[in-house]
Amino acid sequence: MSTEIKFSPEELARYSRHLILPEFNIEGQKKLKQAKVLVVGTGGLGAPLLLYLTAAGVGTIGMVDFDVVDDSNLQRQVLFTREDIGQSKVLAAKKRLEALNPYVRFNTYETALTSENALDIIKDYDVVADGTDNFPTRYLVNDACVLLGKVNVYASIYRFEGQATVFNFTNKAGELGPNYRDLFPTPPPPGLVPSCAEGGVIGVLPGILGSIQASEVIKVISGVGDTLSGRLFLFDAASFETRTLKIKRRKDNPLNGEHPTQTTLIDYQEFCGLNLPDHTAEKKPVKSINVQQLHQLLQEKANIQVVDVRETYEYDIANIQGELMPKSEVTNYIPKISKDKQVVVHCRSGKRSSDVIELLQDQYGFDNLYNLEGGILAWAKEIDHTMPTY
Amino acid sequence: MAKIIIPTPLRKFTSNLAAVAVKEGTVIESIKDLTVQFPELAKHLFNEKQELRGFVRIFLGEDDIEDLQGNDTNVAQGDTISIIPAIAGGKN
Repeated sequence: MSTEIKFSPEELARYSRHLILPEFNIEGQKKLKQAKVLVVGTGGLGAPLLLYLTAAGVGTIGMVDFDVVDDSNLQRQVLFTREDIGQSKVLAAKKRLEALNPYVRFNTYETALTSENALDIIKDYDVVADGTDNFPTRYLVNDACVLLGKVNVYASIYRFEGQATVFNFTNKAGELGPNYRDLFPTPPPPGLVPSCAEGGVIGVLPGILGSIQASEVIKVISGVGDTLSGRLFLFDAASFETRTLKIKRRKDNPLNGEHPTQTTLIDYQEFCGLNLPDHTAEKKPVKSINVQQLHQLLQEKANIQVVDVRETYEYDIANIQGELMPKSEVTNYIPKISKDKQVVVHCRSGKRSSDVIELLQDQYGFDNLYNLEGGILAWAKEIDHTMPTY
Repeated sequence: MAKIIIPTPLRKFTSNLAAVAVKEGTVIESIKDLTVQFPELAKHLFNEKQELRGFVRIFLGEDDIEDLQGNDTNVAQGDTISIIPAIAGGKN
């Protein structure tokens, strides 16, 4: 197959540093040109992945993302510039990457990857690189790759720490390696492990992990070296410690263990404990108040309590002098939350405070809590234009 | 003593310690010692049946304890135990 691949003189000049690599040479370059790689997520991990795979000369690159570029992405998503803000990520990425390498064909999928479209999108590719940012999509990408027999090059990040490996890879001896379900059979229940939206991430970390993913994709395609299949690479940028742990296939893997029970994609929101059908029906609705109403109450010096459930470092960026009770430890503050007067609970955008109110209503019997709609972002937009946003 | 390396998402339950010294014995004894020192950790590591949760894996050195003797794997002085949780990414 690879003998049919031809290069123009310009391409040979472009890829000369690959061609003079003894282990790689023109055979490796032909394999890259012939390969089709799908990058799921064009964010922090997707940026270096796409840049390096494009620069390296992968023949066909697909990218999936439903999102648009936001200013707060630019701290780590180095594919984009200020000019791209508000634009579709996949279209902005395509424009940037076409300028880098005209010898690559790009396919864009301006959609979320779902159980309905995943098999159809992934089936046309040889390798998938998972640069997504949430558990339902992680399991979806994994399961679709296993069902279709595709290699899944994986990385994920949290604060200063990253993980990378290669899933569902068959080595030269014909042995199939583990997949995500072997490593983590089930996702964390919502709320048990903090999300990155609460935890943050150091901007260069996805650059490091995404570059490792790109390197593994190129190794998978070219057959050069030993991939991370069967090994989980861990990197802590803060301590600069690395570990490489051994991971193996499990007999009880529902997809390809000894007795497989799952032969199709499932509802991954439900699998991850999100959007359960009866979840909201049992709960009391969360009452809310908007920033104009709160502003008026504060001006009137009304007898209310304002609770801020963000983290300390967020409070230090901007606050409205609420009492700081971070969501992660809010149950320790129960005695300090009034049960008599009106209590306005807020966070950055209104999501975490709503979760806290649900918890306090359902498990601690509060009925005097009001969620601040739009959180401190709305306050900065409508009440105090000098307040920094993040 | 042995050492348990605490992953970033769980460090807020260990006073931000990245590593904690624990008693040797079996893996489960070492981890129980960790949860005695930091009780808040217990619910993040074990379910209601006191089984290790499915999104957490325990390694002794480079090996998953499931590939050794499970919870009964012997932990010797100076051994390193790693707690590895699933992390998803930077969703915001």
